[in-house]
Amino acid sequence: MTMTAHQETIDQADQPLLRVRNLSKHYGMITGCRDVSFEMRPGEVLGIVGESGSGKTTLLNCLSGRLPPSQGRVEFNASRHGLVDIYDLSEPDRRRMQREDWGFVHQNPRDGLRMRVSGGANVAEPLMNLGRRHYGDMRQASLDWLNRVELDLSRIDDKPRTYSGGMQQRVQIARNLIHAPRLVFMDEPTGGLDVSVQARLLDLMRELVRDLGLAAILVTHDMAVARLMADRLMVMKSGAVVETGLTDQVLDDPQHPYTQLLVSSVLQI
Amino acid sequence: MNAQANDAALTATSNSPERYYTYGYLDEQTKRMIRRAILKAVAIPGYQVPFGSREMPVPYGWGTGGIQLTAAIIGPDDVYKCIDQGADDTTNAVSIRRFFAKVADVATTEDTAEATIIQSRHRIPEHPLKDGQIMVFQVPQPEPLRGLEPREMETRAMHAYEEYGLQYVSLYENVSAFGRIAATAGYPVMVDERYLMSPSPIPKFDNPKLHNSHALMLFGAGREKRIYAIPPHTTVRSLDFEDYPFETQKWEESCALCAADDSYLDEVVLDDQGQRMFVCSDSHYCSDRRAQGFRGPMAGHELVDIDKGAGQ
Repeated sequence: MTMTAHQETIDQADQPLLRVRNLSKHYGMITGCRDVSFEMRPGEVLGIVGESGSGKTTLLNCLSGRLPPSQGRVEFNASRHGLVDIYDLSEPDRRRMQREDWGFVHQNPRDGLRMRVSGGANVAEPLMNLGRRHYGDMRQASLDWLNRVELDLSRIDDKPRTYSGGMQQRVQIARNLIHAPRLVFMDEPTGGLDVSVQARLLDLMRELVRDLGLAAILVTHDMAVARLMADRLMVMKSGAVVETGLTDQVLDDPQHPYTQLLVSSVLQI
Repeated sequence: MNAQANDAALTATSNSPERYYTYGYLDEQTKRMIRRAILKAVAIPGYQVPFGSREMPVPYGWGTGGIQLTAAIIGPDDVYKCIDQGADDTTNAVSIRRFFAKVADVATTEDTAEATIIQSRHRIPEHPLKDGQIMVFQVPQPEPLRGLEPREMETRAMHAYEEYGLQYVSLYENVSAFGRIAATAGYPVMVDERYLMSPSPIPKFDNPKLHNSHALMLFGAGREKRIYAIPPHTTVRSLDFEDYPFETQKWEESCALCAADDSYLDEVVLDDQGQRMFVCSDSHYCSDRRAQGFRGPMAGHELVDIDKGAGQ
């Protein structure tokens, strides 16, 4: 009895959260990304770095079910289905899995927020999508989350267009974490922000990710962001992964010439 | 050349062969296409069926969807009633009623109980509808999710997979801004616990009348090219929150002319001294009650006569 229970916990922990095999995406003759394989465990933060045009966003879109790959498999350990290829699921099942288990933080908060409804409603929407129908509870939950992302609570009923870029990004992060997802995709989450706002946001995200035990895939071209957030790094060039390893290992002792170039190009103050 | 033939066609009775082809304004093929859409809409309550909407002799927004529905289902034996804002005597209602009296040779009426087809935009008549009656609604925007989600691809997927959480965002916005669900017209409903539907811009006061109605409800959106329906005796539930239940409008006043306290009231500003009156928006219901001897505080007001004058 105890043995079995113990065995099950081990099996659970043994299962990867995300397993990607030989993933390729071609746009006609052009290669988006090619032959990417990796595994992720629950609670792990994976950074994908590389210059623009290296296939980071294509890869992220393929992983997050938004862009069917040309070849390869993307298997996710979904709470309803177990470890399945997300492109084998029917569309309603896949959409439900995306709603329940995932979050997606866009580089531009305008892509991830509904600009016509208030910040509070934006944060509460994932709860409504999951079938919650009690206004008072959802209001409280969105207040809690706006508090956690350090947003001025008196602004909760304002439209996101009246917020600064940093505030919009924080609302977007709250919106993507409120339903306790198991995996969050982040596409340059601090891309358009100035450095001080960026530093506070990174601090906040690092705290949240650690507190919640979230797994996250973080796409960035900023080495400092990668260093701060990611446990592991994948370096991409021309659609292929050229180097992968622990973040500190990759950044302190880069092996591939391109990684060496990337690390040495970071500006020092 | 065919002046004589034309005259013959115009004077022919409505069910004679000469009149068949263009009876009820639309040609037969168009009417068949619309009837097929209606059948599908009735079979899937609340589902928006696309149809090939035609150009009508009125602009979009004046009821082209409703007119096409009526033209497709009307027959010489029908009795036709048309209301606009609940009133039988407003310009648009009078024009559309005359249109069908002319092209379909039908009897027209203002009496809700007598009518077999009732075309409306904003109201469901106060008088309870009965089996065999058909309500035809003119719908400006059939998609309840449009204000929140502009992509048609996405809203269709949401309907297909029954993903209706988004609609609650608009209710949430209402409660956070006004402390209650302040939406009044076109209040979203769930039909048969499956499809989310916008009930045309009728006031939410009329939403309970949709539930288990005896009459067939048809909705036509001409510009948006959609037909949908609520068959008789179908469950219709207005959306709400657990802690903010659905409720209809209430008035402290009763009708100034007929003293009705159970009907939907319009506020009429009488002068610039702050004088105003509340009257039934359903003009036939109000005049019926006055004929029965009910008298409100402003009974006999000159507006009554204005009503009469316009109705002729």
